[in-house]
Amino acid sequence: MISAIVFLPLLGAIGAGIAALLKNDALGYTFSLTGVLLSALLGWIAFITMAIPGIDQTVFLATWINVGAFQVDWALRFDTLTAVMVIVVTTVSAMVHVYSVGYMSHDKSKPRFMAYLGLFTFAMLMLVTADNLVQLFFGWEGVGVASYLLIGFWYQRPSAHEAAMKAFVVNRVGDFGFALGIFALFHLTGSVQLDIIFQSVPDLINSQITILGYAMPALEVAGILLFIGAMGKSAQLGLHTWLPDAMEGPTPVSALIHAATMVTAGVFLVCRLSPMLEYAPFTRDVITVVGALTAIFAATIGLTQFDIKRVIAYSTCSQLGYMFFAAGVSAYPAAMFHLTTHAFFKALLFLGAGSVIHAMSDEQDMRNMGGIWRKIPFTYAMMWIGSLALAGIPFFAGYYSKDMILEAAYAAHTPIGNFAWYLGIAAAFLTAFYSWRLIMMTFHGKPRASADVMSHVHESPLVMTAPLFILAIGAVLSGWMFYELFVGHHWNEFWGRSIYIDPSNHIMEDAHHVPKWVKMLPLFVSLGGIGLAIVIYGMMPSVATVIATIFRPIHLLFYRKWYFDELYNVIFVRPAVDIGRVLWMRGDKATIDGFGPDGISSSVRRFAGFCSRMQSGYVFHYAFAMLIGVIALLAWYIRSL
Amino acid sequence: METTTWPVLTVLTFLPLIGVVFLLLIRGDEEVVSHNARNVALWVSSFTFLLSLVLLINFDPSYDGYQFVDRGQWLVDDGIGFMMGVDGISMPFIILSAFLTPLAILASWQSVQHRVREYMIAFLALETLMIGTFAALDLVVFYLFFEAVLIPMFIIIGIWGGARRVYSAFKFFLYTLAGSVLMLVAILVMYNIAGTTNIPDLAAYAFDPDIQFWLFLAFFASFAVKMPMWPVHTWLPDAHVEAPTAGSMILAGVLLKMGGYGFLRFSLPMFPDASVTFAPMIFVLSIIAIIYTSLVALAQQDMKKLIAYSSVAHMGFVTVGIFSLNPQGIAGAMFQMISHGLISAALFFAVGVIYDRLHTRDIDAYGGVADAMPRYAVFFMIMMLGSVGLPGTTGFVGEFLVMVGAWQANIVVAIFTATGVILGATYMLWLYRRVVFGRAEKDEVIALEPLNRREIFIFAPITVLVLWYGIFPAGIFEIMDVSIMSILEQMNVADINISGDNQIATAALGE
Repeated sequence: MISAIVFLPLLGAIGAGIAALLKNDALGYTFSLTGVLLSALLGWIAFITMAIPGIDQTVFLATWINVGAFQVDWALRFDTLTAVMVIVVTTVSAMVHVYSVGYMSHDKSKPRFMAYLGLFTFAMLMLVTADNLVQLFFGWEGVGVASYLLIGFWYQRPSAHEAAMKAFVVNRVGDFGFALGIFALFHLTGSVQLDIIFQSVPDLINSQITILGYAMPALEVAGILLFIGAMGKSAQLGLHTWLPDAMEGPTPVSALIHAATMVTAGVFLVCRLSPMLEYAPFTRDVITVVGALTAIFAATIGLTQFDIKRVIAYSTCSQLGYMFFAAGVSAYPAAMFHLTTHAFFKALLFLGAGSVIHAMSDEQDMRNMGGIWRKIPFTYAMMWIGSLALAGIPFFAGYYSKDMILEAAYAAHTPIGNFAWYLGIAAAFLTAFYSWRLIMMTFHGKPRASADVMSHVHESPLVMTAPLFILAIGAVLSGWMFYELFVGHHWNEFWGRSIYIDPSNHIMEDAHHVPKWVKMLPLFVSLGGIGLAIVIYGMMPSVATVIATIFRPIHLLFYRKWYFDELYNVIFVRPAVDIGRVLWMRGDKATIDGFGPDGISSSVRRFAGFCSRMQSGYVFHYAFAMLIGVIALLAWYIRSL
Repeated sequence: METTTWPVLTVLTFLPLIGVVFLLLIRGDEEVVSHNARNVALWVSSFTFLLSLVLLINFDPSYDGYQFVDRGQWLVDDGIGFMMGVDGISMPFIILSAFLTPLAILASWQSVQHRVREYMIAFLALETLMIGTFAALDLVVFYLFFEAVLIPMFIIIGIWGGARRVYSAFKFFLYTLAGSVLMLVAILVMYNIAGTTNIPDLAAYAFDPDIQFWLFLAFFASFAVKMPMWPVHTWLPDAHVEAPTAGSMILAGVLLKMGGYGFLRFSLPMFPDASVTFAPMIFVLSIIAIIYTSLVALAQQDMKKLIAYSSVAHMGFVTVGIFSLNPQGIAGAMFQMISHGLISAALFFAVGVIYDRLHTRDIDAYGGVADAMPRYAVFFMIMMLGSVGLPGTTGFVGEFLVMVGAWQANIVVAIFTATGVILGATYMLWLYRRVVFGRAEKDEVIALEPLNRREIFIFAPITVLVLWYGIFPAGIFEIMDVSIMSILEQMNVADINISGDNQIATAALGE
């Protein structure tokens, strides 16, 4: 059954690929929808029959790489952590597949799109079921390629393939760290198999790795390297620049890959490695700090963007930051909990935004929207549900998971935990604010679109609204439904061996016993944010512009995304090309060839020319040369006397 | 040593030469000769490939030593004799040579129109020499094959090449010959000391470490040029740019592997102490090659030059792997060579396909090729991803193992090597993006003809192998495992490096 869950989407993708070659849309839909829907069904069955009773299973498929001690198998590991990811991935993927049938109905290459989606789902499932780090890396890069293909799906647009390439290359920077982390662990433990690594970790606390004469704690080095990988995939501060640009892809892609599943792979990796990270406290501190900084940093940018998808993209970035700092304070179940609820409400928000874009004839700029809530009431309601869940309003999913994270950060009672908590509270305010800024700008106020566009505004077809509805159910219910199971007092029974928290660390228990005001604070700041946004954007839109002008430098800083792209361009991109050109012209051509083959051949030619000039044919030239020779001989003879 | 009842290896080696005889016998007008020449060459090389598969099927991977050994009396009693045989190191290269030759011939089916017979003769002769190089078990025989390979390639570039073909052909020839002269001297020295040029005997002979030092350098001069390693790589971009498509395929696919093969066959087993001594220097040169040539590739406007520079970077991985001196490093290097043989041949062919249509290699002349040639875009994409080392393709297995090996030998080397993974993605994606993506605006790009059946027939088998062995590489490791282990046992350094001797190259990096 596990194999079927993983490989059905692949079969669907291959079928859709063949359909793409045959230019048969219906066949493509049949293959890909059958594959992913069956996979989702089996995923839930596996979750209920295996994860909840606590049955772990590993399915061996084949040998992959076997060289000396380096043994890597293709094997599917199914434990609770995997099971949770499987239901998230297959469910959201199935909804996105169905939604795409409607969303992409005007596109020329539908089967190709479905094939890429299936390929992505397969790679993501390989990632979450990986039994060893190399297979995880396979899935990791596999989702990267699928994401590359999907961002660049409209390959004729320059901005699309530029964003696709940027996503791939920035992710490669992260993967560079990930791969080195794998090498380090293999060197330390002699294996890349997860169980063996986890078994040997406790003995390695005092091992060191010496790099350039500096001895460093081995586990911390490996942990940081692997976290660099997670940062790339999950768009954390520094390696986040690709995510907003990735919005160039079709909106269903943003929902599936850049909100619900792929970008959470980094969080999954950190949770998966919990048995190791528990022995690497410094790494966990780094994770906490990076997560907390990303949470607030991305939220500040989200405040100022006008592209509806980019606002949600920065929100994703920020929410991933929450998950990381939860994991950083060892509250891995809380991170996974937020990952799950976030998948539902963020996919809902993205698909809702897609529905808006669809209704507005492919308009994405919120400055050109407004006043459409009566025309698309269903989408409007869905966006409200998604935003309420995101802001963490009681009884919606985000309320349970986000509060759990903030409580855990507070309960850590460490300076770094407190740091994360402060930033998390501030980010919660901003989150609520930009969410309602989005709702107000998009749906309320006077229509700012052209009359022509406004006359075409229509509710999306059933094939698009049905997935929205199902995701909305998840956004409402997944919080209280899974609360007890994931992070309740018996979290340990549910997660079993798949998550390990040092027994002396009672973070999960302490999080439930924080003071009342700590529990209530996130709610109040969220309500404050919502209120403020409604006041500013709903009642007096002109105030926003005034505020922006007063705080112009700050606004500009946020609006220009803290100038990360500009900085990277100046530091990395342009120099790389320039250095390349210099090395080529000055290094290869002028130096190596100049002194090497070309230099030698031209000196040979000069010498030969010189020799041939000597043979001038004039007797007096020869006589003169002879004279010089005779004198030289004489001189030598006299000297030797 | 295992001997066979019939000299299968010798037959395999010289079979293409029989084709040459046939080609010489063809009579008739130009048209008929060309047509027949193509068919004869294709049939002979295909048959050679089938015969090489027979060799593969009868190959016993568990046997430690040379198989299918043929001996002939040549320079009697002088320790120099004709001897051929294969082990797990040479076997994959022989198959690779026999596999790529028919595809290369097929690739020139239409693009070569004048002197077709001579062209095909050059290719069949080249095949004999390539297989001979890998199968030779006598140093002198090896040297003859190794050097003679230059001649047909020189002719192929010099006659059927592009505008600056003569400059490039001479540069290629003189560069490689200059390196090999030193190797010839070393061979004479070795013969004087050991009294034999028999490779297995020489491998068993313990040379004095001081002499090893010089012998290693002399062999290194030759292999480094062939590889090519930085800074003696500048012949490669020129040679590739001017060579016809099929010439590039063989040059990148097989000829570049002779350097790596040489390190494994001679340098490591015969000069083990010197190999350890020089490992840091080779690490440094390889790292420079990886980073330097990747950056240079980024600045290229010429598609072939870009891929040529990427080859230098990929070969940098190979040398890092070999001199990691541990099983993962060497197996990774071997695998990387095979993988690069397939992928770079396909990439050069991919350039050839559109060059045949528009007669330019300038990247800016294209853009939006995907619209007119969707299948081409798919094949090119797979090969591009293979080149950047995507898991699931052969490119990943080789690179990853090399870096696993490098980390055990020296962490700093592994870190620098891994930067190649980022840079590699950058220039390949940049190339692909500018050629295939975008909106087709130029009329001639819009009017590009889609891939024809012949072209698909060349891409398809390579694609299948790249994916199949990316997912199930065990079949290849099985062939070479025993031979790699026996090299390492012979060197007796395996245990030193696995235990993590990180000091070697750290010092050399000057930090």
